[in-house]
Amino acid sequence: MDLTLYVWRQSGPGAKGRLEEIEARGITADMSFLEMLDVVNEGLIKTGREPIAFDHDCREGICGMCSQVINGVPHGPQEKTTVCQLHMRRFKDGDRIYIEPWRARAFPVIKDLIVDRSALDRIVQAGGYVSVHTGGVPDANAVLVPKADADTAMDAAECIGCGACVAACPNGSAMLFTAAKVAHLAALPQGRAEAARRVCMMTEAMLKEGFGSCSNHYECQAACPKGIKVKFIAKLNREFIKAQFSKKSE
Amino acid sequence: MIKSSVGRKMVMAVTGAGMIFFILVHLLGNLTLYSGPAAINAYAYALHRFGPLIWSFRLVMFCMFMLHLFFGIQLTLENRAARPQSYAVRNERATTFAGKSMVWSGLLIGAFLLFHLLQFTLQVINPGIAAASHPDPIGRPDVFTMVVLSFQRLSYALLYIVSLTALALHLYHSIQSSFQTLGLNGERTFPVVTVTGRVAAIMIFLGYAAFPIVIYMGFLR
Repeated sequence: MDLTLYVWRQSGPGAKGRLEEIEARGITADMSFLEMLDVVNEGLIKTGREPIAFDHDCREGICGMCSQVINGVPHGPQEKTTVCQLHMRRFKDGDRIYIEPWRARAFPVIKDLIVDRSALDRIVQAGGYVSVHTGGVPDANAVLVPKADADTAMDAAECIGCGACVAACPNGSAMLFTAAKVAHLAALPQGRAEAARRVCMMTEAMLKEGFGSCSNHYECQAACPKGIKVKFIAKLNREFIKAQFSKKSE
Repeated sequence: MIKSSVGRKMVMAVTGAGMIFFILVHLLGNLTLYSGPAAINAYAYALHRFGPLIWSFRLVMFCMFMLHLFFGIQLTLENRAARPQSYAVRNERATTFAGKSMVWSGLLIGAFLLFHLLQFTLQVINPGIAAASHPDPIGRPDVFTMVVLSFQRLSYALLYIVSLTALALHLYHSIQSSFQTLGLNGERTFPVVTVTGRVAAIMIFLGYAAFPIVIYMGFLR
């Protein structure tokens, strides 16, 4: 199939970008979206043009690197799918496809479709961890975790930190990401010790990084390739209220 | 707590809930209009006999309104700044018109509230029918006549219906939103809270819009 792409081209951070029309010819339905871009890039290189810069790593849907907004939807039209797992059979001959990077103040564009998502790492550094002693490996099941709690923690831990929630949010908020981390650790006994401090530090870091605030549009839930639910945001809010009454929040 | 954006949203949720509670009580009070001049004039007269209590109540309402307004504008500006470059193509899949227009419906409600207070509380818009200076036959402020004569004018009836539409839009999003912000939502209650909030918003709209409609149509005179 032949497609017309409108790709965001930006030479570097802070540079003025624009949408460039690029023809994609001879695309087969079995290609993944990234493979389609690989083929387009080979064509661009052959004709002496600058290839499209885009992020990718695992290409199996678990690393969260492929940050592209396709026709106005982060990760494209297929639900619970990253761009690398989106296949061209979802498109048809003659389609016009708009490809843009994640757009948020906290995610500056590095080049074309590549954005700097390290703001999410700094939110995790602010409290998205459990402090443990180094040394011998503790016995498995030494700390008892009820099955339901383990399941909740695992559901929240599915977050791959791709940033689609931020890209989808009308407010550019990282609330679903932060809530997934907070809820994941708050569900486990190992995470309770630092729960109050964690929620305060992580939400503060989120604001400091320039993300917006959640106003409950739930676009994040619709865009999340891992199906993280907004119930975790309600959980974060409960943890925040609890932390206000805790002496351990400092 | 109010340094955090999460905390400020909670202040908005609590003050918003307080104002919704007032809206419900106000609607119940207004229903006395249907019983005729004696009922609503007696109701208004009784309320005003509370004296200092009514002023402390008004102060609380004023503080809630100002906090809600201040944080609402502040958070909206922060949220706008969080996306300096907008998308060329945007395909939204979950949000609503009501959700996206919160700041505008809110500002409209604020402007309407000012007019409403000038019209029916301070009664300076139409001094000729001001209840305070036009007592009913037994000497109480004639609220009934003031309200009925006002809504017999199409311009006022329409103004109220448009403003009530803004209120309905605001509540359509905000009732469920306040539950979520205060962490009162779970996976199972989520759809119930959303639907109930939307139905409540529509009911409140119908309840209030009925007054100008019924009066303009001439059913209450």
